[in-house]
Amino acid sequence: MTETSRLWPCAIQGLIAAGGLLLWFVVTQSGEVSPLFLPAPDAVVNAWVALVRSDEFWPAVGVTLTTIAAAYILAAVAGLLTGWLITRSPLLTRAFEPLVSGIFAIPITLFFPLFILLFGIGQESKLAYGAVYGFFPVALNTIAGFAHVDRRLVDAARCMGLSRFGLFRHVLLPAASPVIFTGLRVGFFICFASVLGGEAIASAAGIGHNIALSAELFEPARMYAWIVCVVAAALVLTALVSTIERRFRDS
Amino acid sequence: MSGPAAGTIAELAPARRRVAAGWLHGSAALRWGTLITIAVLWEVAARWSGNNGLVAPPTAILRALVTQILPDGQIRAALIVAVVEITAAYAIAVAGGFLIGVAVGWTRLGRNSLFPIVLFFYAIPQVAFLPLFVLGFGIGPAAKIAFGCSHGIFPVIVNTIAGMRNINPQYVSAARCMGISRAGIVRHVIFPHITGSFFAGLRLSMTMTMLGVILAELYVSTAGIGYFTRQFADTFDPAPLFALISVLTAIAIAMNAMVRLAERHWLRWKG
Repeated sequence: MTETSRLWPCAIQGLIAAGGLLLWFVVTQSGEVSPLFLPAPDAVVNAWVALVRSDEFWPAVGVTLTTIAAAYILAAVAGLLTGWLITRSPLLTRAFEPLVSGIFAIPITLFFPLFILLFGIGQESKLAYGAVYGFFPVALNTIAGFAHVDRRLVDAARCMGLSRFGLFRHVLLPAASPVIFTGLRVGFFICFASVLGGEAIASAAGIGHNIALSAELFEPARMYAWIVCVVAAALVLTALVSTIERRFRDS
Repeated sequence: MSGPAAGTIAELAPARRRVAAGWLHGSAALRWGTLITIAVLWEVAARWSGNNGLVAPPTAILRALVTQILPDGQIRAALIVAVVEITAAYAIAVAGGFLIGVAVGWTRLGRNSLFPIVLFFYAIPQVAFLPLFVLGFGIGPAAKIAFGCSHGIFPVIVNTIAGMRNINPQYVSAARCMGISRAGIVRHVIFPHITGSFFAGLRLSMTMTMLGVILAELYVSTAGIGYFTRQFADTFDPAPLFALISVLTAIAIAMNAMVRLAERHWLRWKG
Protein backbone atom coordinates (compact mmCIF):
# COMPACT_ATOMS: atom_id res chain seq x y z
CA MET A 1 0.00 0.00 0.00
CA THR A 2 1.24 3.46 -0.81
CA GLU A 3 1.24 6.36 1.62
CA THR A 4 -1.77 8.07 0.06
CA SER A 5 -3.90 4.93 0.07
CA ARG A 6 -3.37 4.69 3.82
CA LEU A 7 -4.01 8.39 4.34
CA TRP A 8 -7.38 8.61 2.61
CA PRO A 9 -9.26 6.09 4.78
CA CYS A 10 -8.02 7.85 7.94
CA ALA A 11 -9.04 11.23 6.57
CA ILE A 12 -12.51 9.93 5.68
CA GLN A 13 -12.94 8.30 9.10
CA GLY A 14 -11.87 11.52 10.82
CA LEU A 15 -14.28 13.54 8.69
CA ILE A 16 -17.18 11.21 9.51
CA ALA A 17 -16.42 11.35 13.25
CA ALA A 18 -16.14 15.15 13.16
CA GLY A 19 -19.30 15.40 11.05
CA GLY A 20 -21.18 13.22 13.53
CA LEU A 21 -20.10 15.37 16.46
CA LEU A 22 -20.96 18.57 14.60
CA LEU A 23 -24.37 17.17 13.68
CA TRP A 24 -24.98 16.29 17.32
CA PHE A 25 -24.18 19.92 18.33
CA VAL A 26 -26.27 21.51 15.60
CA VAL A 27 -29.27 19.24 16.10
CA THR A 28 -29.38 19.75 19.87
CA GLN A 29 -28.82 23.52 19.55
CA SER A 30 -31.62 23.91 17.01
CA GLY A 31 -34.14 22.39 19.39
CA GLU A 32 -35.50 20.14 16.62
CA VAL A 33 -34.88 17.03 18.69
CA SER A 34 -36.27 16.64 22.18
CA PRO A 35 -33.47 16.82 24.77
CA LEU A 36 -35.22 13.84 26.36
CA PHE A 37 -34.11 11.74 23.40
CA LEU A 38 -30.79 13.40 22.60
CA PRO A 39 -29.27 15.78 25.16
CA ALA A 40 -26.54 18.26 24.15
CA PRO A 41 -22.96 16.92 24.11
CA ASP A 42 -21.84 19.21 26.94
CA ALA A 43 -24.74 18.01 29.10
CA VAL A 44 -23.57 14.43 28.54
CA VAL A 45 -19.96 15.36 29.40
CA ASN A 46 -21.11 17.07 32.62
CA ALA A 47 -23.32 14.12 33.52
CA TRP A 48 -20.43 11.74 32.88
CA VAL A 49 -18.07 13.68 35.16
CA ALA A 50 -20.75 13.80 37.87
CA LEU A 51 -21.42 10.09 37.40
CA VAL A 52 -17.80 8.99 37.73
CA ARG A 53 -17.41 11.11 40.86
CA SER A 54 -20.60 9.81 42.47
CA ASP A 55 -20.62 7.06 45.09
CA GLU A 56 -22.76 4.72 43.04
CA PHE A 57 -20.51 4.51 39.98
CA TRP A 58 -17.82 2.07 41.10
CA PRO A 59 -20.16 -0.27 43.00
CA ALA A 60 -22.36 -0.59 39.90
CA VAL A 61 -19.34 -1.19 37.66
CA GLY A 62 -17.99 -3.69 40.18
CA VAL A 63 -21.24 -5.65 40.33
CA THR A 64 -21.45 -5.91 36.54
CA LEU A 65 -17.79 -6.80 36.01
CA THR A 66 -17.84 -9.47 38.73
CA THR A 67 -20.95 -11.02 37.21
CA ILE A 68 -19.41 -11.01 33.73
CA ALA A 69 -16.17 -12.54 35.01
CA ALA A 70 -17.95 -15.29 36.95
CA ALA A 71 -20.32 -16.04 34.05
CA TYR A 72 -17.43 -16.18 31.61
CA ILE A 73 -15.31 -18.50 33.74
CA LEU A 74 -18.26 -20.88 34.10
CA ALA A 75 -19.04 -20.69 30.37
CA ALA A 76 -15.44 -21.22 29.31
CA VAL A 77 -14.73 -24.15 31.63
CA ALA A 78 -18.02 -25.91 30.90
CA GLY A 79 -17.75 -25.24 27.17
CA LEU A 80 -14.18 -26.48 26.87
CA LEU A 81 -14.90 -29.60 28.93
CA THR A 82 -18.09 -30.42 27.04
CA GLY A 83 -16.44 -29.87 23.69
CA TRP A 84 -13.46 -32.02 24.63
CA LEU A 85 -15.61 -34.86 26.00
CA ILE A 86 -17.98 -34.90 23.04
CA THR A 87 -15.16 -35.08 20.50
CA ARG A 88 -13.67 -38.15 22.20
CA SER A 89 -16.01 -40.22 20.07
CA PRO A 90 -17.16 -39.59 16.48
CA LEU A 91 -20.58 -40.98 17.39
CA LEU A 92 -20.99 -38.48 20.23
CA THR A 93 -19.81 -35.69 17.95
CA ARG A 94 -22.36 -36.58 15.30
CA ALA A 95 -25.10 -36.96 17.90
CA PHE A 96 -24.60 -33.75 19.87
CA GLU A 97 -22.92 -31.22 17.57
CA PRO A 98 -26.22 -30.57 15.70
CA LEU A 99 -28.00 -30.20 19.04
CA VAL A 100 -25.53 -27.61 20.37
CA SER A 101 -25.50 -25.62 17.12
CA GLY A 102 -29.29 -25.87 16.82
CA ILE A 103 -29.84 -24.47 20.31
CA PHE A 104 -27.31 -21.71 19.66
CA ALA A 105 -29.33 -20.62 16.59
CA ILE A 106 -32.28 -19.91 18.92
CA PRO A 107 -32.00 -16.58 20.72
CA ILE A 108 -31.40 -17.80 24.28
CA THR A 109 -32.87 -14.51 25.50
CA LEU A 110 -36.19 -16.33 25.09
CA PHE A 111 -35.35 -18.32 28.22
CA PHE A 112 -34.41 -15.26 30.26
CA PRO A 113 -37.77 -15.19 32.13
CA LEU A 114 -37.00 -18.73 33.30
CA PHE A 115 -33.70 -17.57 34.76
CA ILE A 116 -35.56 -14.83 36.63
CA LEU A 117 -38.08 -17.38 37.88
CA LEU A 118 -35.42 -19.85 39.02
CA PHE A 119 -32.71 -17.51 40.32
CA GLY A 120 -34.60 -14.38 41.30
CA ILE A 121 -34.06 -10.75 40.41
CA GLY A 122 -30.53 -10.56 41.84
CA GLN A 123 -27.22 -11.00 40.04
CA GLU A 124 -27.42 -14.82 40.19
CA SER A 125 -29.94 -14.86 37.35
CA LYS A 126 -27.71 -12.64 35.18
CA LEU A 127 -24.71 -14.83 36.03
CA ALA A 128 -26.54 -18.01 35.03
CA TYR A 129 -27.98 -16.44 31.88
CA GLY A 130 -24.61 -15.06 30.76
CA ALA A 131 -22.91 -18.38 31.51
CA VAL A 132 -25.46 -20.40 29.55
CA TYR A 133 -25.35 -18.03 26.56
CA GLY A 134 -21.54 -17.92 26.57
CA PHE A 135 -21.28 -21.70 26.90
CA PHE A 136 -22.56 -22.39 23.38
CA PRO A 137 -19.96 -20.63 21.21
CA VAL A 138 -17.17 -22.05 23.37
CA ALA A 139 -18.54 -25.60 23.21
CA LEU A 140 -19.35 -25.33 19.51
CA ASN A 141 -15.90 -24.13 18.54
CA THR A 142 -14.16 -26.60 20.82
CA ILE A 143 -16.08 -29.37 19.05
CA ALA A 144 -15.23 -27.89 15.65
CA GLY A 145 -11.58 -27.50 16.64
CA PHE A 146 -11.01 -31.02 17.91
CA ALA A 147 -13.29 -32.79 15.44
CA HIS A 148 -11.48 -31.46 12.39
CA VAL A 149 -7.91 -32.31 13.34
CA ASP A 150 -6.31 -34.06 10.38
CA ARG A 151 -6.47 -37.84 11.02
CA ARG A 152 -3.10 -38.31 9.32
CA LEU A 153 -1.39 -36.06 11.87
CA VAL A 154 -2.88 -38.09 14.71
CA ASP A 155 -1.91 -41.40 13.10
CA ALA A 156 1.61 -40.18 12.36
CA ALA A 157 2.08 -39.05 15.96
CA ARG A 158 0.78 -42.40 17.24
CA CYS A 159 3.18 -44.29 14.95
CA MET A 160 6.02 -42.30 16.42
CA GLY A 161 4.96 -43.57 19.83
CA LEU A 162 3.57 -40.38 21.35
CA SER A 163 1.77 -40.84 24.66
CA ARG A 164 -1.88 -39.81 25.07
CA PHE A 165 -0.85 -36.63 26.82
CA GLY A 166 1.86 -35.98 24.23
CA LEU A 167 -0.70 -36.40 21.50
CA PHE A 168 -2.96 -33.88 23.19
CA ARG A 169 -0.17 -31.42 23.96
CA HIS A 170 1.73 -31.52 20.67
CA VAL A 171 -0.87 -32.43 18.04
CA LEU A 172 -4.50 -31.93 19.05
CA LEU A 173 -4.15 -28.70 20.98
CA PRO A 174 -2.03 -26.77 18.44
CA ALA A 175 -4.30 -27.90 15.60
CA ALA A 176 -7.50 -26.96 17.40
CA SER A 177 -6.47 -23.85 19.29
CA PRO A 178 -7.18 -21.14 16.65
CA VAL A 179 -10.80 -22.25 16.34
CA ILE A 180 -11.12 -22.65 20.11
CA PHE A 181 -9.73 -19.16 20.70
CA THR A 182 -12.35 -17.75 18.36
CA GLY A 183 -15.01 -19.51 20.42
CA LEU A 184 -13.53 -18.18 23.66
CA ARG A 185 -13.52 -14.64 22.24
CA VAL A 186 -17.08 -14.80 20.88
CA GLY A 187 -18.21 -16.37 24.16
CA PHE A 188 -16.65 -13.55 26.15
CA PHE A 189 -18.44 -10.81 24.24
CA ILE A 190 -21.70 -12.74 24.39
CA CYS A 191 -21.30 -12.99 28.19
CA PHE A 192 -20.60 -9.26 28.31
CA ALA A 193 -23.66 -8.30 26.24
CA SER A 194 -26.04 -10.78 27.86
CA VAL A 195 -25.17 -9.74 31.42
CA LEU A 196 -25.77 -6.10 30.43
CA GLY A 197 -28.98 -7.07 28.64
CA GLY A 198 -30.22 -9.12 31.57
CA GLU A 199 -29.53 -6.20 33.89
CA ALA A 200 -31.47 -3.84 31.62
CA ILE A 201 -34.50 -6.15 31.44
CA ALA A 202 -34.81 -7.19 35.07
CA SER A 203 -32.39 -6.55 37.90
CA ALA A 204 -31.67 -4.45 40.95
CA ALA A 205 -28.06 -3.45 40.34
CA GLY A 206 -25.31 -3.05 37.78
CA ILE A 207 -24.63 -0.95 34.69
CA GLY A 208 -27.52 -2.27 32.60
CA HIS A 209 -29.90 -1.62 35.46
CA ASN A 210 -28.64 1.96 35.74
CA ILE A 211 -29.10 2.61 32.01
CA ALA A 212 -32.70 1.40 32.17
CA LEU A 213 -33.31 3.28 35.43
CA SER A 214 -32.01 6.59 34.00
CA ALA A 215 -34.34 6.13 31.04
CA GLU A 216 -37.30 5.46 33.32
CA LEU A 217 -36.51 8.52 35.44
CA PHE A 218 -36.15 10.65 32.28
CA GLU A 219 -32.51 11.52 32.94
CA PRO A 220 -31.18 11.20 29.40
CA ALA A 221 -27.81 12.89 30.05
CA ARG A 222 -27.10 10.33 32.76
CA MET A 223 -28.24 7.48 30.54
CA TYR A 224 -25.87 8.64 27.79
CA ALA A 225 -23.08 8.94 30.35
CA TRP A 226 -23.58 5.25 31.22
CA ILE A 227 -23.76 4.33 27.52
CA VAL A 228 -20.44 6.13 26.98
CA CYS A 229 -18.96 3.91 29.70
CA VAL A 230 -20.28 0.76 28.00
CA VAL A 231 -18.95 1.82 24.60
CA ALA A 232 -15.55 2.63 26.11
CA ALA A 233 -15.49 -0.70 27.97
CA ALA A 234 -16.40 -2.58 24.78
CA LEU A 235 -13.57 -0.92 22.84
CA VAL A 236 -10.99 -1.49 25.57
CA LEU A 237 -12.02 -5.13 25.93
CA THR A 238 -11.94 -5.68 22.17
CA ALA A 239 -8.40 -4.32 22.00
CA LEU A 240 -7.36 -6.33 25.05
CA VAL A 241 -8.79 -9.60 23.79
CA SER A 242 -7.24 -9.29 20.34
CA THR A 243 -3.85 -8.53 21.93
CA ILE A 244 -4.10 -11.63 24.11
CA GLU A 245 -5.19 -13.72 21.14
CA ARG A 246 -2.31 -12.48 18.98
CA ARG A 247 0.21 -13.22 21.71
CA PHE A 248 -1.08 -16.77 22.09
CA ARG A 249 -1.14 -17.31 18.37
CA ASP A 250 2.45 -16.14 17.98
CA SER A 251 3.83 -18.31 20.74
CA MET B 1 -25.15 -9.48 22.09
CA SER B 2 -23.11 -9.15 18.99
CA GLY B 3 -19.87 -7.75 20.16
CA PRO B 4 -16.81 -8.60 18.21
CA ALA B 5 -18.70 -11.57 17.26
CA ALA B 6 -18.04 -9.06 14.50
CA GLY B 7 -15.32 -10.35 12.28
CA THR B 8 -16.00 -13.86 13.39
CA ILE B 9 -19.03 -15.01 11.47
CA ALA B 10 -16.97 -16.65 8.85
CA GLU B 11 -14.65 -18.11 11.47
CA LEU B 12 -17.36 -19.65 13.62
CA ALA B 13 -17.80 -23.38 13.55
CA PRO B 14 -18.66 -24.47 10.03
CA ALA B 15 -22.20 -25.68 9.55
CA ARG B 16 -22.28 -29.37 8.86
CA ARG B 17 -24.01 -30.67 5.81
CA ARG B 18 -24.19 -34.30 6.59
CA VAL B 19 -26.82 -36.37 4.90
CA ALA B 20 -28.74 -38.23 7.56
CA ALA B 21 -28.45 -41.93 6.94
CA GLY B 22 -32.05 -42.86 7.52
CA TRP B 23 -34.39 -41.89 10.32
CA LEU B 24 -33.17 -42.70 13.81
CA HIS B 25 -29.89 -44.09 12.69
CA GLY B 26 -26.94 -44.24 15.10
CA SER B 27 -26.17 -40.67 16.10
CA ALA B 28 -29.74 -39.44 15.61
CA ALA B 29 -31.04 -42.24 17.83
CA LEU B 30 -28.51 -41.29 20.50
CA ARG B 31 -29.50 -37.63 20.26
CA TRP B 32 -33.24 -38.22 20.49
CA GLY B 33 -32.78 -40.90 23.11
CA THR B 34 -30.88 -38.46 25.30
CA LEU B 35 -33.52 -35.74 24.84
CA ILE B 36 -36.35 -38.14 25.69
CA THR B 37 -34.45 -39.43 28.73
CA ILE B 38 -33.97 -35.85 29.94
CA ALA B 39 -37.70 -35.17 29.47
CA VAL B 40 -38.65 -38.30 31.44
CA LEU B 41 -36.18 -37.52 34.25
CA TRP B 42 -37.47 -33.94 34.32
CA GLU B 43 -41.06 -35.22 34.59
CA VAL B 44 -40.17 -37.56 37.43
CA ALA B 45 -38.06 -35.01 39.31
CA ALA B 46 -40.66 -32.23 38.95
CA ARG B 47 -43.47 -34.50 40.16
CA TRP B 48 -41.40 -35.86 42.99
CA SER B 49 -40.51 -32.38 44.27
CA GLY B 50 -44.16 -31.31 44.09
CA ASN B 51 -45.43 -27.91 43.04
CA ASN B 52 -42.64 -25.55 44.11
CA GLY B 53 -43.61 -22.70 41.81
CA LEU B 54 -40.32 -22.95 39.91
CA VAL B 55 -40.25 -25.95 37.59
CA ALA B 56 -43.23 -27.60 35.96
CA PRO B 57 -43.19 -31.17 34.62
CA PRO B 58 -43.41 -31.48 30.81
CA THR B 59 -46.94 -32.90 30.94
CA ALA B 60 -48.15 -29.88 32.95
CA ILE B 61 -46.47 -27.60 30.42
CA LEU B 62 -48.30 -29.38 27.59
CA ARG B 63 -51.58 -29.04 29.47
CA ALA B 64 -50.94 -25.33 30.07
CA LEU B 65 -50.11 -24.95 26.39
CA VAL B 66 -53.43 -26.43 25.28
CA THR B 67 -55.69 -25.01 27.99
CA GLN B 68 -54.09 -21.64 28.84
CA ILE B 69 -51.76 -20.33 26.16
CA LEU B 70 -53.28 -21.28 22.82
CA PRO B 71 -56.94 -20.47 23.68
CA ASP B 72 -55.98 -17.04 25.07
CA GLY B 73 -56.75 -14.46 22.37
CA GLN B 74 -54.47 -11.83 23.90
CA ILE B 75 -51.47 -14.15 24.04
CA ARG B 76 -52.16 -15.32 20.48
CA ALA B 77 -52.27 -11.69 19.36
CA ALA B 78 -48.98 -10.95 21.15
CA LEU B 79 -47.34 -13.95 19.46
CA ILE B 80 -48.59 -12.89 16.02
CA VAL B 81 -47.33 -9.35 16.63
CA ALA B 82 -43.91 -10.79 17.54
CA VAL B 83 -43.79 -12.85 14.33
CA VAL B 84 -44.74 -9.76 12.28
CA GLU B 85 -42.07 -7.73 14.07
CA ILE B 86 -39.38 -10.33 13.40
CA THR B 87 -40.40 -10.61 9.74
CA ALA B 88 -40.45 -6.85 9.19
CA ALA B 89 -37.16 -6.30 11.03
CA TYR B 90 -35.52 -9.13 9.08
CA ALA B 91 -36.76 -7.83 5.71
CA ILE B 92 -35.40 -4.35 6.46
CA ALA B 93 -32.13 -5.76 7.82
CA VAL B 94 -31.51 -7.96 4.77
CA ALA B 95 -32.43 -5.33 2.16
CA GLY B 96 -30.69 -2.47 3.97
CA GLY B 97 -27.67 -4.56 4.91
CA PHE B 98 -27.18 -5.75 1.33
CA LEU B 99 -27.45 -2.20 -0.09
CA ILE B 100 -25.09 -0.73 2.50
CA GLY B 101 -22.71 -3.66 2.07
CA VAL B 102 -22.58 -3.27 -1.71
CA ALA B 103 -22.17 0.52 -1.42
CA VAL B 104 -19.31 0.21 1.10
CA GLY B 105 -17.69 -2.79 -0.56
CA TRP B 106 -17.86 -1.40 -4.10
CA THR B 107 -14.48 0.34 -4.00
CA ARG B 108 -11.31 -0.42 -2.12
CA LEU B 109 -11.37 3.08 -0.64
CA GLY B 110 -14.88 2.44 0.66
CA ARG B 111 -13.82 -0.86 2.21
CA ASN B 112 -10.69 0.59 3.82
CA SER B 113 -12.36 3.71 5.21
CA LEU B 114 -15.94 2.67 6.04
CA PHE B 115 -15.64 -1.02 6.97
CA PRO B 116 -13.78 -0.22 10.25
CA ILE B 117 -16.65 2.10 11.16
CA VAL B 118 -19.15 -0.71 10.59
CA LEU B 119 -17.04 -3.03 12.76
CA PHE B 120 -16.81 -0.32 15.42
CA PHE B 121 -20.60 -0.19 15.73
CA TYR B 122 -20.84 -3.97 15.56
CA ALA B 123 -18.43 -4.23 18.53
CA ILE B 124 -20.67 -2.20 20.83
CA PRO B 125 -23.22 -4.19 22.85
CA GLN B 126 -26.34 -2.63 21.37
CA VAL B 127 -28.41 -3.59 24.35
CA ALA B 128 -26.97 -0.44 26.00
CA PHE B 129 -29.12 1.56 23.55
CA LEU B 130 -32.31 -0.42 24.17
CA PRO B 131 -33.95 2.21 26.43
CA LEU B 132 -33.15 4.79 23.75
CA PHE B 133 -35.09 2.84 21.13
CA VAL B 134 -38.11 2.75 23.42
CA LEU B 135 -37.79 6.50 24.14
CA GLY B 136 -37.55 7.21 20.42
CA PHE B 137 -40.07 4.76 18.97
CA GLY B 138 -42.48 4.25 21.86
CA ILE B 139 -43.52 0.94 23.39
CA GLY B 140 -45.25 -0.37 20.26
CA PRO B 141 -43.98 -2.61 17.44
CA ALA B 142 -41.87 0.21 15.90
CA ALA B 143 -39.28 0.09 18.68
CA LYS B 144 -39.05 -3.70 18.48
CA ILE B 145 -38.71 -3.70 14.70
CA ALA B 146 -36.04 -0.99 14.89
CA PHE B 147 -34.12 -2.82 17.62
CA GLY B 148 -34.36 -6.18 15.86
CA CYS B 149 -33.22 -4.53 12.64
CA SER B 150 -30.26 -2.85 14.35
CA HIS B 151 -29.12 -6.31 15.49
CA GLY B 152 -29.84 -8.12 12.25
CA ILE B 153 -28.36 -5.64 9.81
CA PHE B 154 -24.72 -5.98 10.87
CA PRO B 155 -24.13 -9.62 9.95
CA VAL B 156 -25.59 -8.87 6.49
CA ILE B 157 -23.39 -5.79 5.95
CA VAL B 158 -20.26 -7.50 7.24
CA ASN B 159 -20.74 -10.67 5.21
CA THR B 160 -21.67 -8.79 2.05
CA ILE B 161 -18.47 -6.73 2.30
CA ALA B 162 -16.41 -9.79 3.23
CA GLY B 163 -17.77 -11.59 0.18
CA MET B 164 -16.97 -8.68 -2.10
CA ARG B 165 -13.39 -8.41 -0.90
CA ASN B 166 -11.99 -10.98 -3.29
CA ILE B 167 -14.06 -10.46 -6.41
CA ASN B 168 -11.83 -10.63 -9.45
CA PRO B 169 -11.87 -7.03 -10.79
CA GLN B 170 -11.44 -8.44 -14.29
CA TYR B 171 -14.93 -9.92 -14.14
CA VAL B 172 -16.36 -6.50 -13.34
CA SER B 173 -14.33 -4.87 -16.13
CA ALA B 174 -15.34 -7.58 -18.57
CA ALA B 175 -19.01 -7.15 -17.68
CA ARG B 176 -18.65 -3.40 -18.05
CA CYS B 177 -17.02 -3.78 -21.47
CA MET B 178 -20.03 -5.81 -22.54
CA GLY B 179 -22.17 -2.80 -21.68
CA ILE B 180 -23.91 -4.06 -18.58
CA SER B 181 -25.60 -1.62 -16.19
CA ARG B 182 -24.60 -1.11 -12.57
CA ALA B 183 -27.62 -3.10 -11.40
CA GLY B 184 -26.63 -5.78 -13.89
CA ILE B 185 -23.16 -6.00 -12.38
CA VAL B 186 -24.67 -6.43 -8.92
CA ARG B 187 -27.12 -9.06 -10.17
CA HIS B 188 -24.88 -11.10 -12.46
CA VAL B 189 -21.32 -10.63 -11.18
CA ILE B 190 -21.31 -9.59 -7.53
CA PHE B 191 -24.30 -11.52 -6.20
CA PRO B 192 -23.31 -14.96 -7.55
CA HIS B 193 -19.83 -14.39 -6.19
CA ILE B 194 -20.84 -13.49 -2.63
CA THR B 195 -23.72 -15.97 -2.14
CA GLY B 196 -21.79 -18.29 0.20
CA SER B 197 -20.73 -15.54 2.56
CA PHE B 198 -24.04 -13.69 2.12
CA PHE B 199 -26.20 -16.63 3.14
CA ALA B 200 -23.99 -17.32 6.15
CA GLY B 201 -24.75 -13.69 7.07
CA LEU B 202 -28.47 -14.23 6.50
CA ARG B 203 -28.51 -17.18 8.90
CA LEU B 204 -26.74 -15.26 11.65
CA SER B 205 -28.87 -12.22 10.88
CA MET B 206 -32.07 -14.19 11.57
CA THR B 207 -30.80 -15.27 14.99
CA MET B 208 -29.70 -11.72 15.78
CA THR B 209 -32.97 -10.16 14.56
CA MET B 210 -34.95 -12.52 16.78
CA LEU B 211 -32.61 -11.71 19.66
CA GLY B 212 -33.20 -7.96 19.20
CA VAL B 213 -36.97 -8.28 18.93
CA ILE B 214 -37.20 -10.60 21.94
CA LEU B 215 -34.92 -8.36 24.04
CA ALA B 216 -37.15 -5.37 23.28
CA GLU B 217 -40.31 -7.45 23.89
CA LEU B 218 -39.02 -8.52 27.30
CA TYR B 219 -37.79 -5.02 28.15
CA VAL B 220 -41.24 -3.50 27.55
CA SER B 221 -43.15 -5.35 30.23
CA THR B 222 -46.36 -3.33 30.02
CA ALA B 223 -47.58 -4.99 26.83
CA GLY B 224 -46.93 -7.90 24.49
CA ILE B 225 -44.91 -11.00 25.34
CA GLY B 226 -42.92 -9.20 28.04
CA TYR B 227 -46.14 -8.48 29.92
CA PHE B 228 -47.19 -12.14 30.01
CA THR B 229 -43.75 -13.54 30.87
CA ARG B 230 -43.43 -11.07 33.72
CA GLN B 231 -46.91 -11.88 34.96
CA PHE B 232 -46.28 -15.63 35.00
CA ALA B 233 -42.85 -15.18 36.60
CA ASP B 234 -44.17 -12.79 39.27
CA THR B 235 -46.99 -15.14 40.24
CA PHE B 236 -44.63 -18.16 40.26
CA ASP B 237 -46.76 -19.92 37.68
CA PRO B 238 -44.14 -21.97 35.83
CA ALA B 239 -46.33 -24.16 33.58
CA PRO B 240 -47.77 -21.37 31.37
CA LEU B 241 -44.41 -19.57 31.37
CA PHE B 242 -42.61 -22.68 30.10
CA ALA B 243 -45.44 -23.24 27.60
CA LEU B 244 -45.27 -19.67 26.25
CA ILE B 245 -41.50 -19.93 25.90
CA SER B 246 -41.90 -23.28 24.12
CA VAL B 247 -44.18 -21.64 21.55
CA LEU B 248 -41.62 -18.87 21.01
CA THR B 249 -38.87 -21.47 20.68
CA ALA B 250 -40.92 -23.31 18.06
CA ILE B 251 -41.38 -20.02 16.19
CA ALA B 252 -37.62 -19.38 16.32
CA ILE B 253 -36.85 -22.89 15.02
CA ALA B 254 -39.39 -22.46 12.20
CA MET B 255 -37.90 -19.10 11.21
CA ASN B 256 -34.38 -20.55 11.14
CA ALA B 257 -35.65 -23.46 9.05
CA MET B 258 -37.19 -21.06 6.52
CA VAL B 259 -33.87 -19.25 6.09
CA ARG B 260 -32.14 -22.59 5.51
CA LEU B 261 -34.77 -23.64 2.97
CA ALA B 262 -34.30 -20.35 1.13
CA GLU B 263 -30.55 -20.88 1.19
CA ARG B 264 -30.89 -24.39 -0.23
CA HIS B 265 -33.23 -23.08 -2.93
CA TRP B 266 -30.98 -20.20 -3.99
CA LEU B 267 -27.74 -22.13 -3.76
CA ARG B 268 -28.92 -25.24 -5.61
CA TRP B 269 -26.94 -24.15 -8.68
CA LYS B 270 -23.77 -24.55 -6.65
CA GLY B 271 -24.56 -28.23 -6.22
